[in-house]
Amino acid sequence: MKYKSQKVAYWFFALSMLLLSLQLVYGFIMGFAHAGMDGLHEWIPFNTAKAVHTNLLVVWLLSGFMGAAYYIIPEEAQHELVSVKLAYVQLISLALVGVAAIVGYHFNYWEGRKFLEIPRPLDYLVVVNVLLFLGLILITLFKGKRKTTTALVLSMGLLFAALLYLPGMLDFDSQVLDSFFRWWVVHLWVEGVWELIMGGILSFLLIKLTGVDREVIEKWLYVIVGLTFLSGILGTGHHYYYIGVNKIWLIVGGIFSALEPLAFLAMALFAVNMYRKGEKKHPNKIALYWTLGSAIVSFVGAGLLGFAHTLPQTNLYTHGTIVTAMHGHLAFWGAYAMIVFAIISYALPNMTGRKYYDSSRGRMAFWLSNIGMIGMTVAFGVAGVAQVYMERIMKIDFMKVQLEIQVHFIVLIIMATLFSVGITLYIIEFIKHGKPTDEALEVKTQ
Amino acid sequence: MLSKKQARAFFLGGTLVTFLIFIGLTIYSLSESQDQSNYQNITEEVSRGKHLWEKNNCMGCHTIMGEGGYYAPELTKVVERRGEAYIKAALMSEAPWQVNGRKMVAYNMSEAEANDMVAFFKWIGEIDLNGFETVVSPLAKDKINN
Repeated sequence: MKYKSQKVAYWFFALSMLLLSLQLVYGFIMGFAHAGMDGLHEWIPFNTAKAVHTNLLVVWLLSGFMGAAYYIIPEEAQHELVSVKLAYVQLISLALVGVAAIVGYHFNYWEGRKFLEIPRPLDYLVVVNVLLFLGLILITLFKGKRKTTTALVLSMGLLFAALLYLPGMLDFDSQVLDSFFRWWVVHLWVEGVWELIMGGILSFLLIKLTGVDREVIEKWLYVIVGLTFLSGILGTGHHYYYIGVNKIWLIVGGIFSALEPLAFLAMALFAVNMYRKGEKKHPNKIALYWTLGSAIVSFVGAGLLGFAHTLPQTNLYTHGTIVTAMHGHLAFWGAYAMIVFAIISYALPNMTGRKYYDSSRGRMAFWLSNIGMIGMTVAFGVAGVAQVYMERIMKIDFMKVQLEIQVHFIVLIIMATLFSVGITLYIIEFIKHGKPTDEALEVKTQ
Repeated sequence: MLSKKQARAFFLGGTLVTFLIFIGLTIYSLSESQDQSNYQNITEEVSRGKHLWEKNNCMGCHTIMGEGGYYAPELTKVVERRGEAYIKAALMSEAPWQVNGRKMVAYNMSEAEANDMVAFFKWIGEIDLNGFETVVSPLAKDKINN
């Protein structure tokens, strides 16, 4: 850690860990309901559990990205954050809005639009919160001594993510238009600008961990985010195949979304090659595990499994089935959860001065959570493919099929338990690091 | 070998070109002549039905046009599949509607609200979904196994 104000990142990471734990609880509620055990239905029906599960994911990832930005931007710009106090105000208001939304979901207070369930009045508070965050980051960046590509790409990702929240607030009387513009937010976030944020964090970590020249790493960063937008913007079309808009999207969405794995492949090759090239062997092995892991798992989860059902002729059958959940889980885990874990694992020893660089608990956390998540993906995949065959091809009734595939959700719960053990170990490791301290400034960081 | 400047040009140029094509295609596919949704048929009942659909987060469990929760049946062609009376009974039920053991929230809707929902489902059922409507909601006459 080089700047005192970087410490604020710790509290964003802590909020992330808290919300992640809660997300897992609601995931289990849904898993048990799918397996036929819905004892909580009266208090937490499935639609509440689902809205809470997905929204907590978005909020904890955003909190992680914000923490990453508060850590990275001062170091890249070589300037203290312009106001630490306002950063804390932003943290607290983010937590309050998130908690208010989640409590509201238990009382039928929501908007009922998938992934964007936050009710409109709270949407405005989200906008204010994000503007405050962006203000702090961008002013720090422009007051700083240098403007690196890594910092610019990260900030651009965060700025576009904020702008793209707005189409989700438009009102339509047509479900078709509603859905069309809802994907401007959801798709262009996760298959567009969030990849800029991921790329920025990845680039920062690779510069720090491998010692490869910044110019080389940042050149490839441009190529990767270039591939992301080249495929991802028109790739939005894969959400438009079957929602009541023109057939042209079948061709455009089919071709460009089929190219989307290229960006993730480039990211994986880039990370592994930089690691191989690097002459510096940074002692923080755990951070390296998560960094390389994120680049590789995101290629499998987001790239390959996304490709598996993105062509229109396949998607005609898989659209609206558990197959989507299969892809969604490994994609979010690899691309976004793991990159947040990577930056936390890198930043934590630097902020607290405690160098738990290669503990066995840290390694267990990595392997158990990854094996658990891959197991979950397989369980979703088997359930999804069975559902597609029975429901869409053999034309068996929806609920009869659901009863047939219940057993796969038992497997899912077992694998989710393994995953949760991994996450628990990671959080224990997080707590063991203790609080951030200014004394850490004097500890030499590498 | 590619320089950093060329890499940046690739990023900025590629983004700009694909973004402009995307906007163009959006305008084209949402233009009146390309409408596949019978937009003119959206009545006040349909709008109220859509509002109820959102207010109760129905897509947290069900799917519509293939989008939603994957926990409860697809409702794109529900009027043809089940008929109005069945849908209204499920929506107006005071106890959780329960088919094959999976519970639905008891919405206890009024008759007028249930009618609005049916109007919304009817409008949805007539949208041209590029073939998806025939795959996702087999009509009784298409069913071979039940």
